[in-house]
Amino acid sequence: MKYIDEYRDGRIAQAFARQIAGEVRAEASYRLMEFCGGHTHAISRFGITDLLPANVRMIHGPGCPVCVLPVGRIDMAIGLARRPEVTLCTYGDLMRVPGSRGASLLKAKAAGADIRMVYSTLDAVRIAEAEPSREVVFFAIGFETTTPPTALAIRLAAAKALKNFSVFCNHVLTPAAIQSILESPDVRALGRVRVDGFIGPSHVSTIIGTQPYEFFAEEFGKPVVVTGFEPLDVLQAILMLVRQVNEGRHEVENQYVRAVTRDGNAIAKGEVAEFFELRKSFEWRGLGVVPYSGLRLKQAYATFDAERRFDLADAGGEDNPACECGAILRGVKTPTECKLFGTLCTPDTPMGSCMVSSEGACAAHWTYGRFRDRARSAA
Amino acid sequence: MNAVLPDGMARVTLSGVSMEVSIALVGDVGVGDYVIVHVGYALARIDPEEAERTLALMREGGVIGSSEMMEALP
Repeated sequence: MKYIDEYRDGRIAQAFARQIAGEVRAEASYRLMEFCGGHTHAISRFGITDLLPANVRMIHGPGCPVCVLPVGRIDMAIGLARRPEVTLCTYGDLMRVPGSRGASLLKAKAAGADIRMVYSTLDAVRIAEAEPSREVVFFAIGFETTTPPTALAIRLAAAKALKNFSVFCNHVLTPAAIQSILESPDVRALGRVRVDGFIGPSHVSTIIGTQPYEFFAEEFGKPVVVTGFEPLDVLQAILMLVRQVNEGRHEVENQYVRAVTRDGNAIAKGEVAEFFELRKSFEWRGLGVVPYSGLRLKQAYATFDAERRFDLADAGGEDNPACECGAILRGVKTPTECKLFGTLCTPDTPMGSCMVSSEGACAAHWTYGRFRDRARSAA
Repeated sequence: MNAVLPDGMARVTLSGVSMEVSIALVGDVGVGDYVIVHVGYALARIDPEEAERTLALMREGGVIGSSEMMEALP
């Protein structure tokens, strides 16, 4: 496949590994956070950590959209789905995310709730159009990549004058989460990790561009390199970050020039601005309440807002107390430091959200990393 | 991208799997372009010249925005 295979060339990866090893300073440490779950998955899948010197450490960030959704919002979605008049449309990877007391959308569906997995927001609009007697609610989650598709679904539903379509909005913002990791008092109290540089997200950055990261680079003195999802992209970005750290620079650099510009996607940003506004605060799993980090529908589109239509109240649910997802999402702990990992908690029976999505740190480590652990402990 | 369809849709193929996606979020795309697809929407067009330049830099072992090269590949 063009634009994929050539960015996976093992010989070039080895050359990058030698170059990185040659440039790191023995006395320095390079703690690099990949914000995005897509990178977490790529780093595990392609074994990139095996190519890095011991003092270059990759720290998984909170950029897995399913992982950061708090229990309370899952409980609200389950509550919605249990209403007899409601058809809840959801992306498939939300089905197994644990809510309170072991509940999940999958179990609610098994118990009779009308929950349908969709691939695209357009599927949800089609269902609403085809079944006018059902109250069709789209369970909208994700970062800047999934928000424009939700906006377009509302635009389409409005154009078709659909009265039975609404959106349960849980969209969140990448820059707010990065800032929270760097400075939030909550996160400081919960435990904070030292980060020397950030790998900036791929798809998110196609939408928002590289400009929003300039503030962190400047204000917090942390280098940011926006990069693609292929292994050579990630290795090249690591080399760029190592050089910035060595030279004492903290700039925003763009490795993913084939898809990302400084200003991003103007059409997509325009659609988001038309339909959404900032919430004063939003709760994240792992980060707590983060100011101005989530979106809701504007008043002008209130009829499409499921929270208003069904008068939903915020439900505060609690995670399983033994689950370390919170600390893992902040980069403070690794999956194997959780006592549930691989015993009670596996992708088949996830106890925490990080084990659900393939982008979650625990699921990625379960799928690709645990064999390395075994090899290491046997050696 | 194989075909532009009505209503802002297009047919795309990935490794032999063909599907319809929305191109409403990307302006100037046409048949033959490569796009990044996420949840049924094209989010961005791949710039073929930049893609080639990045690859050339990788093969020479350099990094974006720098003229430095690392040791030649064996």
